[in-house]
Amino acid sequence: MHKLSALNDFVVRFANVNGTGSASANTMFAKAVFRMGIPVAPKNIFPSNIQGLPTWYEVRVSEKGYLGRREGVDLMVSVNPQSMLRDIKVVKPGGYFVYDSTKELYKEYIREDIHYIGVPMMGLCMEHFADPRQRQLLKNMVYVGALSALLDIELEVLQQIVREQFKGKEKLVTANFEAMQMGIDYIHQHYEYPLGLRLERRDEVGDRILMDGNTASGLGALYAGATVAAWYPITPSTSLVQAFEKYATKYRIDPESGKKNFAVVQMEDELAAIGVVLGASWNGARAFTATSGPGVSLMSEFLGLAYFAEIPTVLIDVQRGGPSTGMPTRTQQSDLISAAYASHGDTRHVLLFPSTPKECFDFTADAFDLAERLQTPVLVMTDLELGMNDTMSPPLSWDSSRQFDRGKVLTEAQLEAMTERYGRYKDVDGDGIPYRTIPGTHPTKGSYFTRGTSHDEYAGYTEDALIYQKSVDRLMLKWETAKGLVPEPELYQDGNQSEYGIIFIGTSTYPALEAIDMLRESGIAMDAMRLMAFPFADSVRDFIESHDKVFVIDQNRDAQLRSLLVNELEVHPKNLIKVLNYDGFPVTADYIFKTIQSRVAAGVSA
Amino acid sequence: MSFVKPKFRHPDLPLNEVGYSRADYEGVLSTLCAGCGHDSVSGAIVSACFEMNLEPHRVAKLSGIGCSSKTPAYFLSNSHGFNSVHGRMPSVATGANLANRDLMYLGISGDGDSASIGMGQFVHAIRRNLNITYILMNNGCYGLTKGQDSATADVGSVNKSGHANQFAAIDMAGLALEMGATFVARSFSGDKEQLVPLIKAAMSHPGFALIDVISPCVTFNNNPGSTKSYDYTREHIEATAAVDYVPFKEEITAAYAEGEVLDVALHDGSYIQLSKLAPNWNPFDRIGAINRVHEAKVKNEILTGLIFIDQDHPDLHQMLDTTATPLNQLPQALLIPGPEVLEAVNRAGR
Repeated sequence: MHKLSALNDFVVRFANVNGTGSASANTMFAKAVFRMGIPVAPKNIFPSNIQGLPTWYEVRVSEKGYLGRREGVDLMVSVNPQSMLRDIKVVKPGGYFVYDSTKELYKEYIREDIHYIGVPMMGLCMEHFADPRQRQLLKNMVYVGALSALLDIELEVLQQIVREQFKGKEKLVTANFEAMQMGIDYIHQHYEYPLGLRLERRDEVGDRILMDGNTASGLGALYAGATVAAWYPITPSTSLVQAFEKYATKYRIDPESGKKNFAVVQMEDELAAIGVVLGASWNGARAFTATSGPGVSLMSEFLGLAYFAEIPTVLIDVQRGGPSTGMPTRTQQSDLISAAYASHGDTRHVLLFPSTPKECFDFTADAFDLAERLQTPVLVMTDLELGMNDTMSPPLSWDSSRQFDRGKVLTEAQLEAMTERYGRYKDVDGDGIPYRTIPGTHPTKGSYFTRGTSHDEYAGYTEDALIYQKSVDRLMLKWETAKGLVPEPELYQDGNQSEYGIIFIGTSTYPALEAIDMLRESGIAMDAMRLMAFPFADSVRDFIESHDKVFVIDQNRDAQLRSLLVNELEVHPKNLIKVLNYDGFPVTADYIFKTIQSRVAAGVSA
Repeated sequence: MSFVKPKFRHPDLPLNEVGYSRADYEGVLSTLCAGCGHDSVSGAIVSACFEMNLEPHRVAKLSGIGCSSKTPAYFLSNSHGFNSVHGRMPSVATGANLANRDLMYLGISGDGDSASIGMGQFVHAIRRNLNITYILMNNGCYGLTKGQDSATADVGSVNKSGHANQFAAIDMAGLALEMGATFVARSFSGDKEQLVPLIKAAMSHPGFALIDVISPCVTFNNNPGSTKSYDYTREHIEATAAVDYVPFKEEITAAYAEGEVLDVALHDGSYIQLSKLAPNWNPFDRIGAINRVHEAKVKNEILTGLIFIDQDHPDLHQMLDTTATPLNQLPQALLIPGPEVLEAVNRAGR
């Protein structure tokens, strides 16, 4: 029978029951590969459930550094009888099925074209460990041990990870070592090893780190000096605020009083969470919230107020599958339109599109500067895929000479020196951005009445047609100013080299870059542009107009990114070809490759 | 009729201890209906702030949407104001307060704003004991949309259209008591003698202070049959006690026979002096207060005065254990962990 064979290039999937401690063992596996200098891309595939349902953890190993999801499983580790039949079906022909053989496999579970590797994980633990809870947890380490023999993982690397994980708990270290050794011994005694799939140390990781985007965003908010975080729990953004709170509790305590130099409040709903952000920002603190699609819907009214009353607002949207409650534990980029134009009336908001944890950190920090500079909401658009999965990323860094950009805020001295009447909404500099004042600054100057009703330059209520129109036109001028402040798109080639272009954002980046390599190998050259922000820079229009056809990758059904491009840049829709993925799983390079290849072969028409 | 308030001030207007005249606490000309109860409440706020020697810029006034929520434009022009969205003032005030605990927060809302669309935010702000003076101008109807019943309209109360309300009324003072509010009072826009000292006491209270002010809508709900009209309110008003607010500098002079006067010391050194009208009245007894509110309702009385006070409950900042310095004034150096922290984070990710 054919045996899959590959060096440093395969996909391992773990099938577990959630709530059984498998996450920690699986993470150790991914980290061990990473520490052997081989790029990895781990992904959680989990149900909207706390305990008892199937959950998967998939690790793509790619020496070439392709970090997008790849279809097909080369090796399955199955310890969940509930999903076993399904798990067997997705193994590629010639692939391997490692399972807990404590109970015999049903006959109908036998496929002729895959290799079964039974390890009595529970049985070995029953014999060796007394404590029932420990047996359950260590069972996971038995398969980690088995994998180290099967795939040639350096045992010392795994052991070091275990030592770090259970630092100061020697008994646990010993037990974990024993469990791993049981797995190794069992493989050595019963199977040929290593498999055709195997690992070999490389130096392809460099200084990169493994981190999830939510942790990075939480740290970004911390370094940006956020002092108020208001939130309402929602998957997949919950861990972002928790990360902020964890690090703030560690690094933001006043050394003298022991009190907190920050406030985190869990509000009663998303409406209240964003309300707190507006109130705190209006009052001169840096504040933020994090949510997902349903939260953005609820926060829309306040986003409109923040836009019109010009209040800095930072929101991190960790997108998930919609519409409505949708697929809370699956990924999508389907909030683009609802975020870009959130709220009734003529509104538009600045969006940032990070694609790595480092960018989650940087863009979240930048969002505070931009929000205060522009006095408007800034939404950092990540997604579940980036937010909740450990992703290889350049290390986080902070320039210690960096000063916060607090934007145009008048100080007491500036107000004191002012001879003309202060106008909160007066465009003094011609860039559409007025000067704001913080409550309590000056005894007699600078006060104004913030309102969501139409207002004149002095924040007074007005229904005067000309004044109203002038004020909303000024907001468009400010939008133009924003174009020059948001991060520029990234190009992947010098000048145009093809009649075809491809545009993508965020987590579509890795599979897109891999697909471009695949297309090149098949003879199709492709110029690529990654967008970092909305509003779109003028160079985006130039890129589109200088190519015959541009493929736009969207992880949603309605081609929302493409719609934004058409709507904002007034480019011809026929020139923008949809590449859509919206099944809740991250888009794959293979899918992008096949879609584009077939369109090119058919002579591309929209 | 002039729509602009004259800027002229008489040079000999008396000044308070911080050097401001009463006029310095006023706002722009009201656009509410002539005779609106809300304008009297605005006047009471001006008096209270002037007499308390507050510096106007140390007050932030916030509101939601509705007739009541327009009023912050009509007082304290030297204070920053925030007219937010319908029913959401409490969350904006929560954020503002978290950013700077040193300012005094004045929340203005109405019965539509707080009892219907904003009931969730109202009760949750109470649960957190947000340090705010929350003045709820209660007229039992939606004035700006021409007189629909609100959730505080009593069963059977008839509005201008002749329609009698059928749905149970929400008693905002009773609700606040249930939710753990630490200062609950009710008053009447037509009773400045009572309202002004109550506002002062509320502003001195270190936590959530609700004043539910019956403030009649002259245009849509002041007709015979309405239980929120001026006449009905005057006829049915029952006070827990006559209220006087005594700033800490003044000596307390007992003008009442011993045993009838209760001095409630506030944490800032001032006092509320209650001349008890009801026998066995105890403003520290939450259960008693809840019962009294219910009894009054059964008897068709409008119970006013200070209903309950508990000054010892920690406010939101104390519960969150935030630093004494306002968060919006912490310097950048205190906010950014050193580069070594990121280095450690990076190490942990390798």
